[in-house]
Amino acid sequence: MTVAAVFLPLLGAFIAGIFGRFIGDRGSQLVTCAALSLAAVLGVILFSVVAVHGHTVTVHLFTWIDTGDLQVDWALRYDPLSAVMVAVVTVVSCMVHIYSVGYMAHDHSVPRFMAYLSLFTFFMLMLVTADNFVQLFFGWEGVGLSSYLLIGFWYDRPSANAAAIKAFIVNRIGDFGFILGIFAVYEIFGSLQFDTVFAAAPDVAHNTIPFLSREVDALTVTCILLFVGAMGKSAQLGLHTWLPDAMEGPTPVSALIHAATMVTAGVFMVARLSPMFEYSTTALAVVVVVGGTTAIFAASIGMAQNDIKRVIAYSTCSQLGYMFFAAGVSAYGAAMFHLMTHAFFKALLFLGAGSVIHALSGEQDMRKMGGLARLIPWTYALMWVGSLSLAGIIPFAGYWSKDMIVEAAWASGTGVGMYAFWLGLFSAFLTAFYSWRLIFLTFHGAPRASAETMRHVHESPWVMIAPLLVLAAGAIFAGAGYHLFVGEGREGFWRDAILVLPEHDSIEGAHHAPFIIGILPLIMGLAGIAVAWFSYIKRPEIPGIAAARYRLVYLLLLHKYYFDEIYDALLVRPAMALGFGLWKKGDGATIDGLGPDGVSARTLDLSVLASRLQTGYLYHYAFAMLIGVVVLVSWYLLRPAG
Amino acid sequence: MLEIGLAHYLTVAAILFTLGIFGIFLNRKNVIIILMSIELMLLAVNLNFVAFSAFLHDLVGQIFAMFVLTVAAAEAAIGLAILVVYFRNRGTIAVEDIHLMKG
Repeated sequence: MTVAAVFLPLLGAFIAGIFGRFIGDRGSQLVTCAALSLAAVLGVILFSVVAVHGHTVTVHLFTWIDTGDLQVDWALRYDPLSAVMVAVVTVVSCMVHIYSVGYMAHDHSVPRFMAYLSLFTFFMLMLVTADNFVQLFFGWEGVGLSSYLLIGFWYDRPSANAAAIKAFIVNRIGDFGFILGIFAVYEIFGSLQFDTVFAAAPDVAHNTIPFLSREVDALTVTCILLFVGAMGKSAQLGLHTWLPDAMEGPTPVSALIHAATMVTAGVFMVARLSPMFEYSTTALAVVVVVGGTTAIFAASIGMAQNDIKRVIAYSTCSQLGYMFFAAGVSAYGAAMFHLMTHAFFKALLFLGAGSVIHALSGEQDMRKMGGLARLIPWTYALMWVGSLSLAGIIPFAGYWSKDMIVEAAWASGTGVGMYAFWLGLFSAFLTAFYSWRLIFLTFHGAPRASAETMRHVHESPWVMIAPLLVLAAGAIFAGAGYHLFVGEGREGFWRDAILVLPEHDSIEGAHHAPFIIGILPLIMGLAGIAVAWFSYIKRPEIPGIAAARYRLVYLLLLHKYYFDEIYDALLVRPAMALGFGLWKKGDGATIDGLGPDGVSARTLDLSVLASRLQTGYLYHYAFAMLIGVVVLVSWYLLRPAG
Repeated sequence: MLEIGLAHYLTVAAILFTLGIFGIFLNRKNVIIILMSIELMLLAVNLNFVAFSAFLHDLVGQIFAMFVLTVAAAEAAIGLAILVVYFRNRGTIAVEDIHLMKG
């Protein structure tokens, strides 16, 4: 059962990918959806067995690397942390597979799409069930690869190819840190096995290792390097630029990979490595600062974007910031809880947005929407559910998890904790604002799409609505996990999967937070909704006036703080210029010019000269013969005697 | 009266030979003229043979001359035959157009 849950998606991907040509579109959809449904059922059963009933198991598959001290195995580790992730990944992935049947119905290469989706799911499951750093890295790179393939799925669009390459390269920068982190782990602990490393972590807490030719705290530098990897994968400040561009991929991909699962790999990794992070307060502080800053940063950009998918993409970025600062204040349970609820409501929002785009024949610009509420009532209702959950309105799932995160940040009592608390609080306001801006712009007011488009608006087929209903159920009821994830039952639930030092236990502190702290995120969320209602329904002229008055701020937000432009000028252009120069001057002119090309060109010149002698005219040859005879005779006659 | 001696014969032969050579080089028209020039050079050589034969009272030279005439006749026949075939194939026997061996 444990093995099947992970390898069924791979089997589906294999069949759809290799034999898709023979079994056709319908066959590929059937095979992959069946495999994923089975995996989802197994995932939920495993969640109940492993997490709720406490049977932690590690399934050893076979040895991968065995050389000297280094031994790496393929193994599936099922502890509560993995079980949560396996359940979330398989369930959301299954819903996305079914949704894709409807959404991608008109595409040319359905089998390829289904195969990529299943392949991604397999890699993600490998990542979350990893038993050692190398297998974690295998899954890590695998999801990166699938993400690349899926963003560039419509490979005839130049923008999709550019986005795919961008995602891959930005992730490589993070991965570079991640690899260095793994090297550091091996250097310090002499093993890459999680259990061994975690057991030894307290002993090396204050050791130092040389890094960049100075002595630094070993665990701190290791954790920060690993966190750089998490920043790349989870699109945190600085390495976030790939996520919005990744929306070039089909919408189900955005829902599955760039909202619900892959981008949360960084959060999962920090939670998984909690026994290491706990012994380095500096690394935790870095996590908090990066997470908190990303939360407000991405939320503020989300306010000014016009592309419906980009708004949700920045929202994802922002919510990942929440998860990170939760992990940073040692509230790993809260981070995982938010990860789970977020997976449901964000997948719901993305697929809902996909349903809107589907209805409008591919239109993604919110300025050309409006007035859709009556035409696609199911989608409208489901988007409300997703947004209520995202904004953290009681009693939706998002309320329970976000509330806990903000309280934990407050309860941590550290300076960075307070920083994250205030930023998180303000982000909650912005989150509600941009969510309802999206709803009002898309569904309310007068239709701004062309009459032609409006005539074709239709509710999505049931194969697309049904998965949304399941996800909506998750977005409403996933808050029921409160007791297990962060409530009284958390010790018995997480057991040794997550380590929290007693002095860091911010969740405990959160339970004793004053009532006003607990109610603040909700108030901020409601205020955000009210402001959005006021400025987009009651007085629709306000946004235009505000944008004109604070033009600089508006432009800054609209252009995403000019991150892409700065990176382009500072990194991309010089790198391109360097590459172009090395290609043209270094390789072309110098190496080829002096080497093969030069030699062949000189040989050709000489041969041309030699061949000029052969005119083909008879009398030239005769003349040469005559000259020869004359020379020979002259030489014979005139040679010195003797 | 002027005595016609060996030198006169040799001079005539040398002039004929040179005419033959120039016939080959200065000719831009057609290949038949080249064949005629070669013929001319062979005759010049024959003249030398005969002149020396008379001068030295040795018959070998005259016999050789007969051989050369025979061979020259055969050569002319073959050369003309080749020329006819060439004309059939390429439609021209102008010297300028015969440069298939050009590099």
